[in-house]
Amino acid sequence: MSVQQSPETAPAIRPRTRGGTRSWWSRHEHDIAPYLFILPFFLIYGTFFLYPVISSFILSFYKSVGIGSRTFVGASNYVQLANDPRYLKALVNTTVYTLASVFILSPLALALAMTVRSFLVPSPNMQSFYRIAFFLPNLTSFVVIALMFALIFNKDFGLLNQALAGLGLPKIGWLRDTRFAMPSIVMVAIWTFLGINSLYFLSGLQAIPEEINEAASIDGATRPQTFWHVTLPLLRPTILFVVVQAVIFSYQSFDLPYLLTAGGPSDATLTLAMYLYQTGFSRFNMGYAAAIGYSLAMIAIIVSIFQFGLFRLWGEE
Amino acid sequence: MVGSRSISARVLQVIGNAVLLFGVFLTVMPFLYMISASFKPGNELYTIPFRFFPKNMYIGNYQQLFGQTNFVRWFGNSTFMALGRTALAVVLSLMAAYGFAKFDFRFKNVLFLLLIATLTLPIYVILIPLYSMMIGFGWINSYWALILPFGAQAIGVFLGRQYLLGVPTEMLEAARIDGASEWGIFWRIIVPIAKPVTATMAILFFSAAWKDFIWPLLVINDDSMFPLSLGLPSLIGPYTQEYGILMAGSFMATLPILIIFLIMQRRFIEGIMAGAVKG
Repeated sequence: MSVQQSPETAPAIRPRTRGGTRSWWSRHEHDIAPYLFILPFFLIYGTFFLYPVISSFILSFYKSVGIGSRTFVGASNYVQLANDPRYLKALVNTTVYTLASVFILSPLALALAMTVRSFLVPSPNMQSFYRIAFFLPNLTSFVVIALMFALIFNKDFGLLNQALAGLGLPKIGWLRDTRFAMPSIVMVAIWTFLGINSLYFLSGLQAIPEEINEAASIDGATRPQTFWHVTLPLLRPTILFVVVQAVIFSYQSFDLPYLLTAGGPSDATLTLAMYLYQTGFSRFNMGYAAAIGYSLAMIAIIVSIFQFGLFRLWGEE
Repeated sequence: MVGSRSISARVLQVIGNAVLLFGVFLTVMPFLYMISASFKPGNELYTIPFRFFPKNMYIGNYQQLFGQTNFVRWFGNSTFMALGRTALAVVLSLMAAYGFAKFDFRFKNVLFLLLIATLTLPIYVILIPLYSMMIGFGWINSYWALILPFGAQAIGVFLGRQYLLGVPTEMLEAARIDGASEWGIFWRIIVPIAKPVTATMAILFFSAAWKDFIWPLLVINDDSMFPLSLGLPSLIGPYTQEYGILMAGSFMATLPILIIFLIMQRRFIEGIMAGAVKG
């Protein structure tokens, strides 16, 4: 590196003394530099993120349909949300989806991570094989995932119904039946996110020193006992992290349900983000859509605060 | 797992691995289905029972995909969008990260807190004003709209700052004493040192951009400006039920990411995992 190339300059001698011969720039460079380093980032961030954040907040207090017309309506958009059956339907759907990712996906991911790390898979090669195999869906875009599964879920010739037929069971209109549409999307979500979540658990498990488990088994603890009383408590920070991520991202779910069912049949899979999209960009009810956006933000903020509080109480010991 | 327990441990291992392999099968199966379907002519796809290996390798889907659709153009658009966003976001993040990690300045803490506070806000909050802005700028159907708004990624500043905090400040001081300019220090010391975290960021930003769907859906409606995420679904139109072409396109769209992944697995997994780390 070019830095070490001048041995004649002893570190004790500081040419950086404020001499009158040096230019204004070289005297102030060090003080100005940090602002110049952060400036480009904040220009873009301010223009395309912070400004819209504020502007959207203001917009949520206006009735603004189409382009141009704007009337201040106070909090009435928010009041309307609380009485809007489609919004409430979307809220329920999104909550169901979120609960599924917290109570089905996350435990499944933990089980997967535990299994891959346990004595059941002794060879490191097999461990990394499983890691990579379950990670594959993360390489795939939601569009491709949706196209693949639309075919698999197809009522007439889809793989899933062929498997059912093989078992002598009747065909199911997976994505077209109000009873099955949401469970189908949950299945796709589990398929997609199982690998990455188990990787979080794996890295959490790796942080637990092997000696602790050994000590427990020397003390006569059985495997289930070790799991409940040693591993699980030590894994709390990771569990909290995975669950919070699941809640925040599930509440923002858009791509998969939009591409698989477009919210149907009869709003059975309408999510909050999708309702925002429809409100803002099909019906051009901008003010109301902004309010939906802020209701989503509120959920994320509450969950984050909750996480922060819980983490201090419970996560670090 | 010694002595008498070794047999039962062995049995458990077989069962455990059988379950895991079944999970792998379920995970990989849709991909195999996609690849298999892409080599079948349209009518063979509907045959029951499903056969994995087509009767004969049919490459017509690929010929049509490259010859009769705008696939190549969409692929180019996706690549340009993803590379543009990645390059911009990596450079801006690293510069800002350096500012936050190695300098003291007024408002430093306020600005950093601002970044933390806005980190959890979902993109849906800004969608509507941002869209109006794009209309105002005349950027609908342009690369500007696809790239520029995603040039500043707060998560990149966090990752970069975290990494650069570990760089000894004496090293930078020594360079200053030798008369290096601040930009020179950044360019010749920080950038080479930060290679690992740069790679992590690049993978994170690139794969997010490659998958982006909702933003192009809003700002692009011209077929020749579609990225793959809009182009592929457009192949199922009122006139076609050509799932073979669709699957060929899906396979081709997944291939580049798959190749990058296979080349740099560990860093790739790191990059994707870093994406969720907030605060």
